[in-house]
Amino acid sequence: MKKDILICGVGGQGTVLASKILAASAMVDGDAVHSAETIGMAQRGGPVTSHVRIGDDAYSPLIPFGSADLILAFEPSEAVRNLCYLKKGGTVIVNSVPVKPVTESLNDTGYDGTEMLSYLRGKCDCIVIDGEELSKEFGSSRYFNIAILGVAAGAGRLGIPQEIVLGEIVKRVPARFTDTNKAAFQKGAEIGAQYAIK
Amino acid sequence: MKEYVMGNGAIGLAALAAGVNLVSGYPGTPSSEIVETIAKYPHEGVHVEWSVNEKAAMEVAAAAAYSGARTLVTMKQVGLNVASDPLMSLAYVGVKGGMVVVSADDPGPISSQTEQDTRRFAEFARIPVFDPASPEEAYEMIGDAYECSEKYRTPVLFRPTTRVDHAYAAIDFPEKTEPKPFEGFIKDSKKWVIFPRLSFANHAMMEKRNVEIGEEFSSYRYNTVEGTSEKAVVASGISYAYAKEFLKDYPDVRLIRIATPYPFPETFVKKALEGVTEVLCVEELSPYNEEQIAKLCGRNGITLTIRGKLTGDVPASGELSTNLLAGIFRKYLNLPEGEGAIDLSDAPALPMRPPVLCAGCPHRASFYAVKKAMQGRKCYFCGDIGCYTLGNAMPLDMCDTCLCMGAGITMAQGFHWTDKEGTAFAFVGDSTFFASGMTGVVNAVYNNAEMILCVLDNSTTAMTGHQPHPGTGRNMMGDIVEKVDIAAVLKGIGLTKVVTVNPLDLDASVKAVLECAALPGVKAIIFKSPCVAIVKPTGKCIVNENCINCGLCISEIGCPALIRVDGQTKIDRSLCSGCGLCSQICPMGAIEAEEVSR
Repeated sequence: MKKDILICGVGGQGTVLASKILAASAMVDGDAVHSAETIGMAQRGGPVTSHVRIGDDAYSPLIPFGSADLILAFEPSEAVRNLCYLKKGGTVIVNSVPVKPVTESLNDTGYDGTEMLSYLRGKCDCIVIDGEELSKEFGSSRYFNIAILGVAAGAGRLGIPQEIVLGEIVKRVPARFTDTNKAAFQKGAEIGAQYAIK
Repeated sequence: MKEYVMGNGAIGLAALAAGVNLVSGYPGTPSSEIVETIAKYPHEGVHVEWSVNEKAAMEVAAAAAYSGARTLVTMKQVGLNVASDPLMSLAYVGVKGGMVVVSADDPGPISSQTEQDTRRFAEFARIPVFDPASPEEAYEMIGDAYECSEKYRTPVLFRPTTRVDHAYAAIDFPEKTEPKPFEGFIKDSKKWVIFPRLSFANHAMMEKRNVEIGEEFSSYRYNTVEGTSEKAVVASGISYAYAKEFLKDYPDVRLIRIATPYPFPETFVKKALEGVTEVLCVEELSPYNEEQIAKLCGRNGITLTIRGKLTGDVPASGELSTNLLAGIFRKYLNLPEGEGAIDLSDAPALPMRPPVLCAGCPHRASFYAVKKAMQGRKCYFCGDIGCYTLGNAMPLDMCDTCLCMGAGITMAQGFHWTDKEGTAFAFVGDSTFFASGMTGVVNAVYNNAEMILCVLDNSTTAMTGHQPHPGTGRNMMGDIVEKVDIAAVLKGIGLTKVVTVNPLDLDASVKAVLECAALPGVKAIIFKSPCVAIVKPTGKCIVNENCINCGLCISEIGCPALIRVDGQTKIDRSLCSGCGLCSQICPMGAIEAEEVSR
C-alpha cells in the first residue's frame, strides 16, 4: 500500500466530498485508488467514515486496523472511535470542535471533546485544529472539509502535491464558492505548514 | 472513458455497455444507486423505471425478456422476497433476452431486517448466481451474467454485498452505448404459459442444465486458485477481498475463490482441493460454500476436515473484515501474532450516536399528535419500513412493531381482532403505501376491521435517498406524470373517513386523530408535509425571554435542534428548519418562529 487515509466525522459534515477530492487527486497524481463510504441509516446524525486506499494492492475496500497512515477527523470522539485504524507512527489531524450527540439534550453526559483530545495527544502524532477559529473568516463551518485537506497537504502528510488537490477542489465545488474554498484550503495549508516535519 | 464510480455505478454502467433495453427496480439500501446511475448516464432507447415494488419490477422485466430484450432488475435482498413469486415461476418458464436480477445482500445487517443470503435463493430457485468481490469485478461479471442468461435461457441472479455496492473504483467504460436490438415477442402458449405439465418438463430440463452450467462455471475466469498449501481457504464475494488483503503476505496459502456459488462448480472445486487436508470456508451470511463442499466431499469419498461457520471457526452472523479474518487465519495457519497496534484499552467512553429523525422532520410531528390525542388510552402503534421506524426512539416511543414492507397495516388488524378495547394504528410512508400498503387496506375494509391508518406523506422515498414514487408526479424517465392521489385511492377502496392534515399544525392534527378515534371502521389520516431534506427551510425558531428552562420541549419531542447550553434551553440554528412544532408545545410561549430571508 502506498497510503491509507481514513476520514471520519458525523453525518452532514462534508466528509464524502473530502474523500472524493482526495481520491481524484491521488488518481491525477498517477496512483490507483479505491475507497468506501458509509451510506444509509448511519447518515442520520450517526458516525460516518470514508476509507481512501491509495496504491496497487488494495483488495479490501476498508482499511484494515492498524494500517492507516493518516486520519482526518472532523470531530474529537470520532477520531478516538476510529483510532484502531491508525498505524503506529501515523498521524491524526482532528477538529477540536465537538459535535454533541443528538441524544445529549435528553441525557446529559457532559461530553465536550476535551478528554478525547488529551487522549489522542498521548497516543499518536496528533495535529489539533480549532475548526471554529479556522472557519470564522469564511462565515461557515461547512468549508472545514476543504480546510482540513489543506492542513494535511501543508503538513506534508498527504503525499499529494497541493496544486493537484486544489485543482480537484475547483472542479468539484460550485463556481460561486470557488474562491472561498480556495481560500479555506490555503488557510489550512498555512496552519499545516507549522506542523511540517522538517 | 474512465470514471471513479461506486460499485453500484459499475453495475449500472456494465448493464448499459451490455446493451440493456429495460431497467426496473425498487429502491433499497444497498442497491438503490444502480437504477439511479443508469438514469443519470446517456441511455437513449432504454426504458428505466422505479417500479411500485420488486414484484412489479420483476414482472415488467419478465415480459421484456420474453420479447428478447436484455433486462436488469434491481433490489435489496428482502426485496427478493417480494419478487420471489414471479421469480420462482420465471425460473421454470425461462427467458429469451438476457435477464439479470441484482439482489444486494447486506451482511451486518447494516440497514436491513435480515441477514439472508441470495446464494441460497439461487439454489432454491435453481438459477445461476454471480458473486463479485469488487466494483471492477462487478463491472466485468455483468456482461458474463447476460451471456449466461441468454445461452441457458434463464434469469440469472447477481448478488453484490454492501461493501461492493458502496466501494468506489475507477471503471473504464464505453462512452457511447446502444441498446441491443431484439426480435420481439413470438407467441407460443406452450412456452410462455405456465401449466403443471410445462413445469414438470422444465423442472427436469433445469436440473440437467444446471449440471452443464456447473461444468461451464468450473472453467470460469473468476473461479481461481492461488497458492499450494495443504491447508486451504475458500472464499467468495467480498470475503475473498478480505481474505486476499491478509493473505497477500502469505502467497503459499492455497486460496480458492468461488465466484459462481450456484450451480456449484464441482469439477473446479474438486481439482482445487487435490492435496488439501483441511479447508477453512470464510463467508458472510450463511455457510453456503461450507455445506456445498461437505456434500461434494461426501458424494466423492474425499476425506477432508471442513471448517467454517458450522464448526464455530467463523462467526455465524454479522460482517466479516480483514481484521476479523486476521485472527481466524493466524489461528488456523499457526501464524505468529501481528505487529502490535496502538493499545486502545484505556480509551475514554465514546458518545453514542444512534440515528434519529432529522430536526424539523414532519414524522416527529405526526407521531406526537397521535401520542397527544391518545394519551391515557390503550393503543397499538404498528410501524413500518422507512425513516419513520425511528419513531420508536425516546422520547416519542411510538413504534410498537415493525416487520416488513406494508406489514403495519395488516398487523394493526390482527391487534384489533385480539383486543377490541385497544385502538390499532398503522403508520406507513407514502412510498411504502404504494409498494405494499394498499392491499392491506382492502383487507381491513373487506373484513370489517377497526383501525386508524396514518399515512406519513412526505412526498418522497426518504430513507433510501429521495427516489420519486407514484405519488410524486415524477418518474425515472424524467417525465412529469399524473400524481396518484392517496386520498382518492383510500376513498376508492371504500373508506368514508379520510382526513388530510398538515402535521406541523399540532391542534388540527390532534383534532383529526380524536375525530377518527371516535368513529367505527377503517379511518385514515394523511399527514402531509414534505421531507425537510428536500425543501429549503423558510424560518428558524428562537427561544425568547419567557423561557423558564422547564425542558418540556426537549423531553416531549426530542428534536436534535433543541439543545441545552450551560443549563439554558437553546435552538441550534444550523439544524432548525423552523417547523414550529416546539413553539406549539411550549406552555410559556417562549419559542417564536422567525422568518428567514433567502
